[in-house]
Amino acid sequence: MTVKTKEEKYNAYVKQVTPTTNMWLNICKAFLVGGIICTLGQLITNWLKSGGLNQEDTAAWTSLALILLSVILTGLNLYPKIAKFGGAGSLVPITGFANSVVAAAIEFKKEGWVFGVGAKIFTIAGPVILYGIISSWFLGLIYWITQLF
Amino acid sequence: MIVGKQSIQFEQAVHIINAAGVAGKKEAEGPLGNLFDKTYEDPYINGQTWEEGEANLQKDAAAIVMEKAKMTPEQIRYIFSGDLLNQLIATSFGLMDYNIPIFGLYGACSTMGEALSLGAMTVAGGYAEHVIAMASSHFGSAEKTFRFPLEYGNQRPFSATWTVTGSGAVILGKEKGIARITGITTGKIVDYGVKDSMNMGACMAPAAADAIYQNLMDFDVSPEAYDRIITGDLGYVGQTILIELLKDKGFDISKQHMDCGIEIFDSERQDTHAGGSGCGCSAVTFCSYILKQIEKKAWKKVLFLPTGALLSTISFNEGKSVPGVAHCVIVECE
Amino acid sequence: MDYVKAFLIGGLICAVVQIFMDRTKLMPGRIMVGLVCLGAILGFAGVYQPFIDWAGCGASVPLAGFGNTLYQGVKEAVDSDGLLGLFRGGFEASAAGISGALLFGYAASLIFDPKMKN
Repeated sequence: MTVKTKEEKYNAYVKQVTPTTNMWLNICKAFLVGGIICTLGQLITNWLKSGGLNQEDTAAWTSLALILLSVILTGLNLYPKIAKFGGAGSLVPITGFANSVVAAAIEFKKEGWVFGVGAKIFTIAGPVILYGIISSWFLGLIYWITQLF
Repeated sequence: MIVGKQSIQFEQAVHIINAAGVAGKKEAEGPLGNLFDKTYEDPYINGQTWEEGEANLQKDAAAIVMEKAKMTPEQIRYIFSGDLLNQLIATSFGLMDYNIPIFGLYGACSTMGEALSLGAMTVAGGYAEHVIAMASSHFGSAEKTFRFPLEYGNQRPFSATWTVTGSGAVILGKEKGIARITGITTGKIVDYGVKDSMNMGACMAPAAADAIYQNLMDFDVSPEAYDRIITGDLGYVGQTILIELLKDKGFDISKQHMDCGIEIFDSERQDTHAGGSGCGCSAVTFCSYILKQIEKKAWKKVLFLPTGALLSTISFNEGKSVPGVAHCVIVECE
Repeated sequence: MDYVKAFLIGGLICAVVQIFMDRTKLMPGRIMVGLVCLGAILGFAGVYQPFIDWAGCGASVPLAGFGNTLYQGVKEAVDSDGLLGLFRGGFEASAAGISGALLFGYAASLIFDPKMKN
């Protein structure tokens, strides 16, 4: 039997008395909101494809359209309301990434255009881009090595 | 007179001559809404930024309390004030125009307790005729400092609290007023290793329990000596834990306990989850609600202890836990 | 059928992440970083691209799709430019998304002011 420290005991007790959100309800909401955003993306994709655009350009335009939508909804202060309801459903799609960029840009404009907006716009987006680039670089390196043989 | 380990009993009580509380729109819509001296429709409190807004809260609270006490800034020897922002910018920019000597305090959300304690000691010691003790917080500036930009979408857990937009100020002095401070118990920093910054109540409850226990020990009284034992911003989760922790030490405060964070909002209707928080929460509830109850003698003796969670975004990112602190002030009717 | 797949798969990914968030209390920023890295890894494993071909926006709109895009970009660039491609491919493939977010975000900061939550 392991001896629990006072801190571990207290943390376990805190966990027990802290009310938790209704997980199933949250999951359903996340499913609904995430599903709707992705369906919206599909709608845009199909429309662009029917206009004769190739696969790659369609994907890029779809991302741009969703990003623009998220930016507008954030500016109008509606995205936080969607996120409050949808949780991961609004965080996981590309619109969540756009929200993190624009929210920081709007909030920190008061601190100036260079060190406010300029620097803080990357507060949440920066790590995503950085680790995306690092992980794909390493994986690409492995791919490059495998191609040598 | 020093009492016990951490307490002072004032041989001559220090009087709270007058008090003022100002608050934002959401607080105005809450259960205490009609008790505030001034409320604001504008979330920026007539400023350009959240920080200017919070500074204006302090400026107005100080102006109103001096007006109510019919005093001018020249009659105030010191101000003891603080807020939650980095380097206390709301305090500095809000109060500088008064040209009153000032001590800037940081006790996280326990600042009002710290200000009252130090102010009362200064007056009792004969180092000032009148001092102002005050504190403030603002939802926008606090979210920006401690959490996310306001436009950022996220879900708040049930244990999360809502930072109160408001400021409370009192003038302390030797002549009769609306209430008396008869003693204080200064709290220690207590760390039970909780790291969840979205559950401040659990971070602060051990500190509150420690301070209350010490107060009861130092003054050798039981919880029944107080009509109310009022914590700052433990919220629902913290309240449960506090009562449980003190039960373990042999004291039942479930009848006397009240929490400013729970009183200031209607959590069902206003969607504030665990309750209100921030320096302004205890300060404005004290000035606008608790003191009124004491003034009309509905409560004769109250133990008021604002509670603070001692963290910064740096300590949080560096993986540190969130210790708590709480400062007890014994307030009695005239 | 496209729409049904997009809705179900996209919804499913979000629901799984929601479970993860509620259980671990991880900050949203960490979740986003994790998803992008996961997408890159699944892209490398050769799983994600076929998944996108099948599920459409249900797989490409979630941030894991962004990770996959980064990896596919690097891979293509390595095929054409060799080692130099490692440094070119990621940003080339994600340029539209990142530039879009930055440009629209900046524009929004010119138009909108921070608003109070209530």
